[in-house]
Amino acid sequence: MNTKTNDSLVRRTKARRILCRAVIYLFAIAVAAVAFYPFFVMIISSTHDNYNIVAKINILPGTHLKENFQRLTENIDLYRGFANSLLLAVVVTVVQNYFTMLAAYAFAKFQFRGKNVLFSIVLVAMMLPGQLGIIGFYKEIQALGLLNSYFTLIVPTIANCFAVFFYKQFIDGALPNELIEAAIMDGCGEFKIFHTIVLPLVVPALVTQGVMTFIGTWNSYLTPLIVLNEKEKFTLPLMIATVRDATHADYGAQYVGMLVSVVPLVIVFCFASRIIMEKISIGAAVKG
Amino acid sequence: MNAKKRSKYAYLYIAPFFIVFVVFSLFPILYSLVLSFCNMDVLSGDLTFIGLDNYVRMIKSGYFFQSIGNTLLIWIMSIIPQLTIAFLLALILSNKWFRGRFILRNVYYFPNLVTPVTIGLLFGAMFSYPGGAVNNIISALGLEAVDFQNHQMLARMVIAIAICWKNFGFNIIYFTAGINSISDDVIEAAEVDGASSWQRTTKITIPLMKPILIYVLVTSIIGGLQMFDESKLVFTSVPGDATTTMVKYMYDSAFVRFQFGYGAAVAYGIFIIVAFFGVLSLLVTRDRKDDYGRKRGRKAK
Repeated sequence: MNTKTNDSLVRRTKARRILCRAVIYLFAIAVAAVAFYPFFVMIISSTHDNYNIVAKINILPGTHLKENFQRLTENIDLYRGFANSLLLAVVVTVVQNYFTMLAAYAFAKFQFRGKNVLFSIVLVAMMLPGQLGIIGFYKEIQALGLLNSYFTLIVPTIANCFAVFFYKQFIDGALPNELIEAAIMDGCGEFKIFHTIVLPLVVPALVTQGVMTFIGTWNSYLTPLIVLNEKEKFTLPLMIATVRDATHADYGAQYVGMLVSVVPLVIVFCFASRIIMEKISIGAAVKG
Repeated sequence: MNAKKRSKYAYLYIAPFFIVFVVFSLFPILYSLVLSFCNMDVLSGDLTFIGLDNYVRMIKSGYFFQSIGNTLLIWIMSIIPQLTIAFLLALILSNKWFRGRFILRNVYYFPNLVTPVTIGLLFGAMFSYPGGAVNNIISALGLEAVDFQNHQMLARMVIAIAICWKNFGFNIIYFTAGINSISDDVIEAAEVDGASSWQRTTKITIPLMKPILIYVLVTSIIGGLQMFDESKLVFTSVPGDATTTMVKYMYDSAFVRFQFGYGAAVAYGIFIIVAFFGVLSLLVTRDRKDDYGRKRGRKAK
């Protein structure tokens, strides 16, 4: 009798647990489906003609991808925008991370006068909202005759205080002083120390921050929007934004344009998803 | 070794960063401040000092406060579902028995990377009237198609959904890291004491996550107050500018109406609002953290 009730009790808790887990799985998968739905609409719609997109719910891919793509490229110079964005993202990633790493290395491993004051400035500047100076920035660039130039989209990105802060933290933990002292003993020049000893050791941090810089530059909108006004220099986001005006209600072409802007991000994400998630988790660990 | 000679290199190394910082970050901020006290002639670019006139106009016109209201409304409508769903999913994914968390986490997170311009256009197209993807579903259910763009609250809601969609995956990762940082000892001790998994979640994990929850809330206020891309791109025109956020208002003032002085004043207005919320939330966080840190100390030892 006693064992029997025990048995049924165990079975009942087991059944309840299975039911509970099923509900949880269902919820998690439902959210995933909703999260994926916009991509689904984007992918499927880009293969249909405008009548189908507007008139019905599309579940299977259609046959109009090529036509949509052709109409899109008639209206905007898609290849050019793609190339511009890629070039800009790569150059900004290299330039920004090289110079911020250089500054972070100086803050981490050198003693010099004014160091604490200067680093405090970096910390305070990190908290200023990005748009605070944008009108002054525009007027300054205009006065210097630097509108419509990639210089304006590349060089000012060196002043990334977040990157300096992040790199300094990393160097503090990853680069022993003895290593640098030994290199100096051996008569190694300062530039050589930075390039042959420091840089190889901070590659993990460079990759992490670099992926973020690349994605941020690829996605950036406000600054290119106010700086560039020649169509040939437009980045992909600017071009995509004009697609709606250029094509009116041509949803097929619009969806293809969106798809093109997402493809490089999918590629980056395939290779770097772990890196990106680790970077976010570092932030959480610091705050927790 | 000759420290003096080494320190020379330090200045050389920080020089590019600080030169760019002064020229392209610090100077524009100060120049904006000067501009905010001036009227700039559109054609000649001549500046005339007008004192606080721009600020007075900003406060009197009502549009600025309306844009603050729009921003806060959109923010609230996006942050509540966003954090709730993210927190629930982080709790779910941290269960040891849960399979497939890697792939699900990636699916949840990916929208965070998508180009904001694309998000704007995508949601604009999906919620367009009458033939958007969402309206096609609504019609298929036998209901009347909804004109999202021409309804103030619904238009704001669509933008809130877009922002929620974009950010909830980011918060899942953040929360998951927080949950993982909770010491196993605490959980095991509770297990030994016979706490059920529901009790472990509500009595240990959730209280221990409070600081991170509050931190996420704070950062999202500061980020949310600066939203622009979605506001500009989802809908091209909404009645009563109901989706115009603060930064969109600044952009329109300066780069559409070419009132650079007034735009600069709005930029400083935004700065004051952001700083206000930043300080406020910092105070709240600190109090809670102290209170909470003591509690945690007791429990852990």
